[in-house]
Amino acid sequence: MSLGDITRPVLETTGLAKGYGRVWALRDCTLALPPGRVAALVGPNGAGKTTLMHLAMGLLRPDAGSMRVLGQQAANNTDVLARVGFVAQETPLFRDFRVSEMLTLGSRLNRRFDIAHARHRLERLGIPLDRRTRTLSGGQRAQVALTLALAKRPELLLLDEPLASLDPLARREFLQTLMGAVAEDGTTVLLSSHLVGDLERVCDHLIVLHSARVQVAGDVDTLLAEHRVLVGPAHDPSKVEHIAGAAAVIQESRLEKQTTLMVRTTGLIPDPKWTVSEVTLEDLVLAYLANSEAGRLPGPTRIRREVPA
Amino acid sequence: MQLVQQVRQAVRLGRLDPGDRLPTVREVAESLAINPNTVLKAYRELELEGLVEARTGLGTYVRGHSGRALPNQAALERELAAWLRKARTAGWEKEDVVAVIETTLRATYATSHGRREGAA
Repeated sequence: MSLGDITRPVLETTGLAKGYGRVWALRDCTLALPPGRVAALVGPNGAGKTTLMHLAMGLLRPDAGSMRVLGQQAANNTDVLARVGFVAQETPLFRDFRVSEMLTLGSRLNRRFDIAHARHRLERLGIPLDRRTRTLSGGQRAQVALTLALAKRPELLLLDEPLASLDPLARREFLQTLMGAVAEDGTTVLLSSHLVGDLERVCDHLIVLHSARVQVAGDVDTLLAEHRVLVGPAHDPSKVEHIAGAAAVIQESRLEKQTTLMVRTTGLIPDPKWTVSEVTLEDLVLAYLANSEAGRLPGPTRIRREVPA
Repeated sequence: MQLVQQVRQAVRLGRLDPGDRLPTVREVAESLAINPNTVLKAYRELELEGLVEARTGLGTYVRGHSGRALPNQAALERELAAWLRKARTAGWEKEDVVAVIETTLRATYATSHGRREGAA
């Protein structure tokens, strides 16, 4: 593997857009997902998460912009398709097939399919191979679907809301399997969810979609380091943007005597009247989702307005 | 990082001995359902602290920490215990003790810490 392969994004979109009729499912989407990352794709229903995944699989063709996966255009590309794993919403399986028959089917349909590894994984999880999939629990079905996707040894694994219908224990077991596989193969993962709470411990990259647009995206540690919650005295609204060290106000809430702000910072907040605290990933996601304009503000312009021309 | 604290404490309290092998990154990632990169970072931090060493192809091992015995440890511990007994007799709750110790600790170590950072 050359250095180019190590650093080249596994998934890269530029000005990507997809519409259905008059409605944009995704627009102005520019993203890069570096190899080996576990990315959380977060946003409400209808934000464009599934559309983004279908574009990455090459199942949809972009209306504008490009979707490159593993360095190639994704649309109708069988080479890309062979190297990408996908688990659709509700983890669909053939209900009357036995687990072992699903494995056989997988091995017939895929050029690369490690059936021995898949069998071993399912045995370790205690999932009987002779059971029909409709008799499995929701958690077991999700594990079978994940195992089938992992058996392709995919370089990119797309998981569309795999946790939505699972109880907390099954969620944990699913994520255990996933993290084990990521540690073993270095697979790049894009995992969508309504809420980031479940993903806080598993993802190191974040993409927040809202109303067909990217609200915020990037490395989780960097994003957390760039955002702070400031608590201070009630504040003249017009002055909110004149906070030294803050590039943009993502969210603000006011009480009679106190103002709480989430800001994107450019450095330290030197003014001692603000009590500064760190943000959690969940705070950050909720703040961007609640303030759908926030992500689109080019950060530094607000600061410049402060300086008279 | 929680993982770093756990290992650090386990080493300090003697639950991990020199030469013990830490679980592999994969084992930790899978059993705790956390990102393997988080585990790697934690292990690297422990390595930087000198608590563990990575042996290529073998795993991560707890290092010998003979040099870590604290000077005057027994005497200082006795003094602390005596002070704590006095606080309890005076009617202090545990939380009061923790609050006072934290504040005093910060005030006392602030200067020396600053100097060390300045030197680095």
